[in-house]
Amino acid sequence: MVTVNFAGLVPIALALVMAPLLQGVINRTKAFFAGRQGAPVWQPYFDLARLLGKGAVYSRTTTWVFVAGPVVGLASILAALTLMPLGGVGAFLAFSGDLVLMLYLLGLMRFVTVLAALDTGSSFEGMGASREVTFAALAEPPVFLTLAILAQKTGALSLSGILAGIGPTLWVTAGPMLALLTTALFLVFLAENARIPVDDPTTHLELTMIHEVMVLDHSGPDFAMILYGASLKLWLLGSLVVGLILPAGLPWFVAWPAAVGALILLAILTGVVESTMARLRMHKVPQFLIGALIMTLLALVLGAR
Amino acid sequence: MTMLLEGLLVLIVLTNLLMLGSSRLGVYIRAGALQGVGLAFLFFTGEGGWPEVSITVLALVTMVVKGGVFPMLLFRTIRQAGVRREVEPYVGFTASLLIGVAAWGFASWVGGRLPLPGVIRSDLLVPTAMFTIFTGLFLIVARRNAITQVLGYLVLENGVFTFGVALETSTSFLVEMGILLDIFVGVFVMVITLFQINREIEEIHMDSSKLSALKD
Repeated sequence: MVTVNFAGLVPIALALVMAPLLQGVINRTKAFFAGRQGAPVWQPYFDLARLLGKGAVYSRTTTWVFVAGPVVGLASILAALTLMPLGGVGAFLAFSGDLVLMLYLLGLMRFVTVLAALDTGSSFEGMGASREVTFAALAEPPVFLTLAILAQKTGALSLSGILAGIGPTLWVTAGPMLALLTTALFLVFLAENARIPVDDPTTHLELTMIHEVMVLDHSGPDFAMILYGASLKLWLLGSLVVGLILPAGLPWFVAWPAAVGALILLAILTGVVESTMARLRMHKVPQFLIGALIMTLLALVLGAR
Repeated sequence: MTMLLEGLLVLIVLTNLLMLGSSRLGVYIRAGALQGVGLAFLFFTGEGGWPEVSITVLALVTMVVKGGVFPMLLFRTIRQAGVRREVEPYVGFTASLLIGVAAWGFASWVGGRLPLPGVIRSDLLVPTAMFTIFTGLFLIVARRNAITQVLGYLVLENGVFTFGVALETSTSFLVEMGILLDIFVGVFVMVITLFQINREIEEIHMDSSKLSALKD
């Protein structure tokens, strides 16, 4: 049974318009910590416009897979957005088990990015693809376990149902559990969006990159699609983290501004984390993600009582 | 008040996991101190508001000793004896963390089945106490550095202490104070001994696997 909720189109429109703003806020926060003026928060929009006005260069070794990568990636993140509720207002589409579809649409996005990277035939991009997939495999269990615990607690099987069931009552009865899950999701949020301490989005030093290295060969509109997809992913996973904290059932004129405000706060928090922490050494990253998994396991024991 | 109590207990569990997963001695000592302070606050989560004077004194002494004196002693030993700041494990950190989670599951299972006298304020208290004891024992056997063995001993005692909080009504003030004093003397002696050993025999560098080779 698929429930269609037309009010859920508004969060999608908000995401489409405001997602690059989060990147801008993160960069501005980092600039503030570094004592710089920093680029305007609208800079990601200018970058996207600039890239869309350029032509793309394709290497002779690449095939259609390389061209399909950014397009399929953007399409799957757009599809995933229709399933993600914002601020306790139901998503555009909701059905039992849509959380699995949402996570695997993210998986599909990663898969085509990896394929496109391998298609270039560069050993350097192959290395990035290998790292990306290794760490993604470790980042998946905490998210699934978190959603499974929440589904059990709220008795709902769709993302909209789960996030609608989390409110002040659940925070009072199971506060420590929810706090652990929120922290674990935040750690995964940092890892999945290629932020410090897992990956450094600003570096172009070859040996330290995970995500950036895979997209080095894309240019022009293709690269714009990848950047836009990345900011939509930031927004999507951010809404999941924010959804755990914000109470559900508020009227729309409070819920949506509160959710957007919370997302901006999350972006500022990410910027603070990036300014105050160094990137972890590569062999420490699995430990970081296993830490997130262990928090969810702890929450599982707390929730099962 | 249950919220606060359970939050503190989760904090204690997390500090245990932090110690299992970290490779730095400084992190161990700070996590141990945080755990001690958290323990002291457990006394203030009772249903009847502010606790009696004797309990308040106990909590304050715990806070000062575990949160201030022990870390200071341990950091001083590290500095003066020139101990390496890494903990040199026998069991790797990720494996230790997973063992920790298994131990936490086991502690929850046993904790639910253990018949105890009196009313236990939260069904998380006994599992946390047992898990802290397991962590302490594990740190003693699975880390090579002698300072970690002192810390493991402290963590072990923190677990016993949590048990004491669980049975607050049936244990007396004097027993708790006695334990605290014993621990204080214990840590004092261990730290001084470690320092002396290190000064006499330069090359062992607090490596507990070589302590068995000591002769006079």
